[in-house]
Order: sequence, then C-alpha cells, then structure tokens
Amino acid sequence: MLSIKNLHASIEGTPILRGINLEVKAGEVHAIMGPNGSGKSTLASVLAGREEYEVTEGEVTFKGKDLLDLAPEDRAREGVFLAFQYPVEIPGVSSTNFLRTAVNQVREYRGLEPLDAVKFLSLMKEKMKLVEIDQKLLSRALNEGFSGGEKKRNEIFQMAMLEPTLSILDETDSGLDIDALKIVSNGVNQLKSADNATIVVTHYQRLLDYIVPDYVHVLYKGRIVKSGTKELALELEEKGYDWIKEEIDSAATV
Amino acid sequence: MSTLTKQDTFSPLLEAATDNFNEQRTLGKESFLSQGLPAVKEEEYKFTQISRKLEKEISDFQSAKPIELTKELVDQSIYEGFEGNVLVFNNGHFIPELSDLPEGVEISSITKKEDLNLGSIAKPEKDTFAALNLASFQDGAFISVPKKTQITAPILLLSFFKANFGQVVQPRIWIESGDFAEVTFIEQSVLLGEEIVFANKVVEIKGGLNTKINYYRLQNEGKQFIEVSNIETDIHQDSQFSAVTISLSGNLVRNNLNLNILGSNSVGNMYGIYLLNGKTHVDNHTNVDHTVPHAESNELYKGILADHSRGVFNGKIFVRQDAQKTNAFQQNNNILLSEDAVINTKPQLEIWADDVKCSHGCTTGQLDEEALFYLQARGIDKMQAKGLLLYAFAGEVLEHIETESFQAYCTNLVQERLGSKF
Repeated sequence: MLSIKNLHASIEGTPILRGINLEVKAGEVHAIMGPNGSGKSTLASVLAGREEYEVTEGEVTFKGKDLLDLAPEDRAREGVFLAFQYPVEIPGVSSTNFLRTAVNQVREYRGLEPLDAVKFLSLMKEKMKLVEIDQKLLSRALNEGFSGGEKKRNEIFQMAMLEPTLSILDETDSGLDIDALKIVSNGVNQLKSADNATIVVTHYQRLLDYIVPDYVHVLYKGRIVKSGTKELALELEEKGYDWIKEEIDSAATV
Repeated sequence: MSTLTKQDTFSPLLEAATDNFNEQRTLGKESFLSQGLPAVKEEEYKFTQISRKLEKEISDFQSAKPIELTKELVDQSIYEGFEGNVLVFNNGHFIPELSDLPEGVEISSITKKEDLNLGSIAKPEKDTFAALNLASFQDGAFISVPKKTQITAPILLLSFFKANFGQVVQPRIWIESGDFAEVTFIEQSVLLGEEIVFANKVVEIKGGLNTKINYYRLQNEGKQFIEVSNIETDIHQDSQFSAVTISLSGNLVRNNLNLNILGSNSVGNMYGIYLLNGKTHVDNHTNVDHTVPHAESNELYKGILADHSRGVFNGKIFVRQDAQKTNAFQQNNNILLSEDAVINTKPQLEIWADDVKCSHGCTTGQLDEEALFYLQARGIDKMQAKGLLLYAFAGEVLEHIETESFQAYCTNLVQERLGSKF
C-alpha cells in the first residue's frame, strides 16, 4: 500500500529525514517511535503534504501512485489521513459544514454521489458513537474552545467519517488522560480492517497497549535505526531511548 | 487652510444653484473655499489622496444631468429578493414617478422643501466635501417618518449614476424620524456607462426619542466610481442606530460616518466589511461622539485586501467629560492576501470621562497557513479552503444586517467573491 524509499526531507535547508525506508501493507499497524527531535512528526507531515518541508531525495508510492506528486487535498482524497498532533482551531467554520464539505469532496473524487443533508447527518450520528463525541461539540466552530481530549477525539471522528485507507496518527496520545486514551484507541481499533493500514507515531509505549502494532520502528536522527515487533516497544518503555542512541552514535564514530 | 488652486475648478458648481437654500449654500461655499481641497499632508486625508485623484480623473467639474431611466431598468437593478419600497435617484435627482413610496412616510424632493436646516447635522466646517455638497448639491430626498410609526419593510435608496465624461453628482438626503419610529434604509447604487463619475454624497439623519434606525450600504459600483460620502446622525435618548457598510468595489471610496450620541441609554453601531482587489481604494473614517452618560457604541470593521488594493480605517471615539458610564468598543481586523496590498489602520480614542469602558484593537495578518493545511488535509480543495477561511473571518459582520433578503444577497456576493460558495 505504502512504500517509502530512501526519503530525505529538510525544513529551511536543515535536513530532518535522512533516508527513511518503510513498507506498509494493508491490514497492518506500524508504530513509529523515537526520542524527541528524531523526525517522527516530520515523517507524518511529509506524508500528508505539509508545504514547509522539502523532499530532497527518495520516493513515496501509495497504492501505486507517486504520493509526493499530489497536493495535500488529493492525498486525502486518495485515502491518506493525518490525525494532527495539534488540531487547529478555526473560528467561524462550523464543524458540521466543514465535515460535509470534506466528505463530499472526497466522495466526488472517488466517483461517489454527494451525501444529502439527511444521509450526512445519519452517517455522522453513526460515527459519533465510535469516539463518544457529543453532538453539541459538533455544532460549534471547528475545534474552537475544545479541550485537548475533545480535539483528539474529533480527529478520530473525522477519520471515521472520511474512511481513509492509510491513517497516520501523529502523537494522538500526547496529553490524553487514560479514559480519553481508551476511547480514542477503541475508535481506531474499530476502524481497522484488512483493507486499511495505520501508522501510529508516538513517543510513549502506553498507547501501544491499546492499539497493538504489528511492527515497531525506532526513528533516530532521521533514520529508522531499529525495527521489531511490539516487544521492542516494551523494551523501550523499560530502558528508554539512551541505549539506542549510544548504539547508533558509537557505531557512527567507529 | 489651503492654498490649493484646484478648488477653483469647482467654481462652475459653486455658481450653479439658486433655490430655497441660498443661505445654506452660501455658508457651504464659504466653508469650502476656506477649507479648500485636502492638501497632500492633510491629516484627515493623509492616506487618501482625493485631490490628486480628482485632478487626474475628473475633466468636467459640472453637475451631471439626469439621464434617461426606464421602469424596466429600475426593476432589473433592484437586488434579488428585495421586498419593500424603492426610492429612485437619477444622478442625484429624486424621481417620484419611478419610485414606490411607502405609506405613512413623508417623502419629497429635497429642493422642494423649505425651512430645512441643512448642514446642521453634517456641519460644513467638519469636512470640506460636506461643505462642497452643501454649496452645490443638486437634489436628493427629504424623508420624514412620523412619531410612533414602524416601517417594517425596508426602504431601498436606489441611485443611478452616469456621466458623459468625468462629471460630478452630488446627492443630499435628509432623514428625520419622530419619537418611537422604526425604519431601515438600504443604499444600492448602479453606475451606468463607461465614464468615471465623482459622487459626493451627504446624508443627515435626525432621530427622535426611542427610535430605531438601520442604515445599510452596499458599495459595488465598479472601478469607474469615485465617491466621498458624509453620513452623520444625531442619536437621542433610548434610541438605536446601526450602520452596516459593505464595500466590494470602486475606484476610490471615502466613507465618513459620524455618530453623535446626544441622549442616554442609546446605542450606536457601526459595522463594515471591505473586500478589495485590483487598485480599489476604500477609506472608512468613523467618528462616534459620546456626549452624555450611559450610552454604548459598538464598532467592527473587517477587511480582506488583494492585489494592489488599499484600505484605510480610522476609528475615532470621543468620550466627553460628562459621558460617564460609556461603553465603547472598537475592532478592526484585516487580512492581506498580497504583498502589494496595503492597510492603514488607526484607532483614535479621546477619553475625558473617568468611569468608562472603552476598548479597541486592530490586527493585520495573512491567511492562517496552518488552518489552510488542516482543511486541505481533510480533502478540501485549496481554493475552497481559502474561501472558507476568509468567509469565516469576515462573515460575522454580515450577521448584523437585520433585513433577511439583504443579508442573504450580501452573503452571496461575499461568498462568491471569496470563492467560499459551495
């Protein structure tokens, strides 16, 4: 589904990603872990098409298409979804109108009829249950005055509405209390299928107790320096990132 | 004081009229001649070089004559969805035959009235163009809403302009309302032909006690329209006055809006939105004068400027020593969409009372890139996402329009302009 080969990216001339290789197949959950500043969020942003980042080398194909060639909106329409680390508050734009516009533009791209108001609302009601999001929240402006947990739940709710094939969760767990974390994870798990895939970007292992990954990759200095199964995450939880840093840094100096 | 010789070019206008208002016209003329046209460094016109513009664009300083106007054209020009009464103006002249006069309101051509104290509200010495208008206005309307009369349907002031070549149109409107009256006016103008026109308009509004007056304006006449307007109102006790000014196109537009709060427990509202592109220049100068205690004023102007356009906002709040317990709020926010667009914004507060609540703020920024990316990442087309964000920024001003049909019409225009219509 997703194939990343030797991806290099920089921001304002500073290289952040220095050769990422990753293969993600349908039905899989990949966790990307790593210390702060290792490039985790950059990877998520580059995949979603954030303009500040410049891809300097490498390629990314998604369902056979050159992902890097697509505008952010076309990536979303192809089925890439980024759950933001910091969802943006947009005063004056109603959550419902925004979502209906988004859903219908995505549907149009996929050759589907637009949803009328009634069908849209019933779809919304159905998906709202997934993340236990309150209708009142959705009658407000997009994310405006939402608590941290409400914002993250809204991200997963949007994901449910847009039905992506590749979901990238960028530090969705940061700042969540345990109850909110359970709700969010539960939503993500219910959306999992044999046809879609999930990339979970996180600093902490805690989230992976709830969203169980098939593969865990450790990112450090812009490269994947270690890959393994969920046991690797537990090892990181126990020992921290220092041992990996030392391993890599000493190898580099030899 | 002015040494500009250009005021001489106005002399054909100043010689022109003799009628019921000779005394006021003389006052206006004297005031205009002593003030002259605004000099380059004149503080009040510093960012709006009107004199230079007139010199360049107006070739014939004569009053434009009324043109041929048909009922058909009038009907076609009324904005879609309007329900109410229409007053038609032809190059400033009031045309009762083409108008649809509301019942219970006294309306006539202003030049036919006697004993009208023109210039007592929009005083000629306050602005040179108000003086010029007083000296040489052509015609306009006198509108009087009697005591306890509630005019539920809005009154549309529909003006047609057309010049043969670079001429001047100077309409003047006097509105008065008795105590407990309620009325809404909507200004819509149509520029016919290709020639540039200079419109110099004055509207004086004299409210009664406990009146409610709305005055809405749509400025969308296109790039051949140069306009200076002076709209001034006296607001008396327990009354409410609300102005909403929507500026979508024009060549150079200068709006002077002055509210004199003369009675307690009254409210003055000033709202505006300006969406500018090309080389359009729009200058909103507002002034609210709190002279009595326990009154309120609210002001919100929002601008989106593209291309080489230029906006000016100057909001003066004057709170006199007697005007304790005044609440005065002012806000001006701008988004610049191009590097060549310019906004000059200046809040000006002068507060002499010590127990008041006044606030003001102005911001100028660009479109929020992070918000734009967020919308795109959800599959929304970039242009539409921009439109959505811009409408979210400016749209709230339109909520202050109480006339539903006008609100809908303006919302549509604004959304079309911003590309946020789906």
